[in-house]
Amino acid sequence: MILGANYALIALGITLIFAIMGVLNFAHGEMYVLGGFVTYYLYGLFGLNYFLALLASAATVAAVGLAFERLFFRRVLRITTREESTMLLAAGTALLLDSLSLVVFGEKQRGVPPVAPGVYHVFNAFVPAGRVLIFVLTLGLIGAFLLFMQYTRPGRGLRAIAQDKEAAALMGVNLDRYRALGFAIGAALAGVAGGLLVTEFAVNAGAGTPITIKAFIMIMIGGAGVVSGAMLGAVVLGFAEAVGYFFIPGSVTYLLILVGVIVFLVFRPQGIMGRPWG
Amino acid sequence: MTRKVLATAAALAAYLVAIPFLLRDSPYLLGVVTTASMLSFISLGVWLTFAIGRINIGQAAFALIGGYVTAVMTTAAGASFWLALPASGLIAALLALVIGWPILRLRGVYFAMLTLSLTEAVRLAALNLAGLTRGATGILNIPPPGPLALFGFVLVPGFSAGNEDLAFYYLAAGTLIAGLLLIYRIDRCRLGWIFRSLRQDEGLAAGIGIDVAKYRMAAFAICSGFAGIGGAFFTASQQSIYPSSFTVPDSIFFMLYCFLGGLSYVFGPVAGTFVLFLSFELLAELRQYQTLIYAMIMILAMLWLPNGLLSLRMAPAGLGRRIPTPPRRP
Repeated sequence: MILGANYALIALGITLIFAIMGVLNFAHGEMYVLGGFVTYYLYGLFGLNYFLALLASAATVAAVGLAFERLFFRRVLRITTREESTMLLAAGTALLLDSLSLVVFGEKQRGVPPVAPGVYHVFNAFVPAGRVLIFVLTLGLIGAFLLFMQYTRPGRGLRAIAQDKEAAALMGVNLDRYRALGFAIGAALAGVAGGLLVTEFAVNAGAGTPITIKAFIMIMIGGAGVVSGAMLGAVVLGFAEAVGYFFIPGSVTYLLILVGVIVFLVFRPQGIMGRPWG
Repeated sequence: MTRKVLATAAALAAYLVAIPFLLRDSPYLLGVVTTASMLSFISLGVWLTFAIGRINIGQAAFALIGGYVTAVMTTAAGASFWLALPASGLIAALLALVIGWPILRLRGVYFAMLTLSLTEAVRLAALNLAGLTRGATGILNIPPPGPLALFGFVLVPGFSAGNEDLAFYYLAAGTLIAGLLLIYRIDRCRLGWIFRSLRQDEGLAAGIGIDVAKYRMAAFAICSGFAGIGGAFFTASQQSIYPSSFTVPDSIFFMLYCFLGGLSYVFGPVAGTFVLFLSFELLAELRQYQTLIYAMIMILAMLWLPNGLLSLRMAPAGLGRRIPTPPRRP
């Protein structure tokens, strides 16, 4: 459940970026790792308040996302003749962040002490309090994100761009500014997810690529570019993983999940919630 | 025309005679050129799937399959490398037909994501099918290629410790030239135009009577066959294979090589691979900053040359022909 909720944060971020920019963000896993490391340093090493550290994670990764959008994606979107190029650029940025975090953070596994002490006793099961806190935080963030998209002015603008960017521009939505905003929010979601999960699982510099693949699986299940699909995909993957790890060894679980996804996409190429693409 | 022939001949001579002659005393550099040649060959396959408008990030999956086919055939079955090499390509291509039939129906981002997952799936399969692949320990001590004889007449002498580097160099060079000629031929004949029409609009292509499913599977199978042969080559030259020999980053690299060389040119993947791979090796001095600077070079190249290195019009004569690019869809 907790895993599923956290995956939902990751999937939401990647979906947002995809819907707004048409860019498949390969660097999403790396952004997640970066977020995890910021929290590790501020909270784990310097003993800062956990919530402040989380906020700092989000801000840092959002800044990175913003810089990427400003410096790289905007230019390439303008001058390229083939739509594939943004994707390749994203792969390049993923490589950049991956090697950067390897140089800066080293290759050691980093974990932090639990956020809240003690355990709760619920229905014959012991649940660590820290885990409950993270679950609640995650749900709160997802709720806040959905409310933001639904009811605020920037949220409406973002949804308009996702639907039809020419029409949105005609209605007075500043495309450049909102794209930057969307990219920053998407990146920030990855950063927060990293900061939240670092308390449960340790983080290391090489963890980015598997997370990116998981994010891809989630949006393939749910449907690319659709918010509800992203969340559904995350829950499905979280459950499949939890059940799989319980019964069979880890790497077989993923093999089965991947084969399952391929078979599933044969019958429903656009995912559960997605609209037909291409 | 004469100039083109002369230029091609000069390039071939430099590649086949001058490079091995100059580098005969430094196995390391020769090895780098050998690896670059073989990576180019694998990237050529990816280029073909770009030509039909699919972004293929699954090339490493088929390279891994080809590698394991060779490893199993030469160790467990005791077959000759010269039999295992084409068999690897063939099996990879056949598997591509089986897998390609369903997944080629996907387009754009979905196809890209799925092929990426495929790379991971094949790695996990290799890890878990311990009976055949020996799991994480990999298959070691793969014998070097023996002599190739036809009707008692020795065509290629066996690869032994003394001539190994040069022998692998010529094998890689020969494979690359053959692959380049094949792809060039495909690009120039009717098949090339069919592939380009698939890239522009599959619905329209079907409308004028092209069997879309057949041709896109053909392109995917050729592409994966190239990967299989490439995987077989690396298995033999490194004499070992592990589930982690070809992984997701490799798949992404193959795609990037094509892209940076220029998607509109047959010679693009070769140029891209050589420039990128050689610069990567030159950066080896910088140790841990190697990948960092490499990634920056790649991003800068994409920023300034979004249509590939060869858009600078440095293409060798005869190979640098622009394919009309489709107008971007709104």
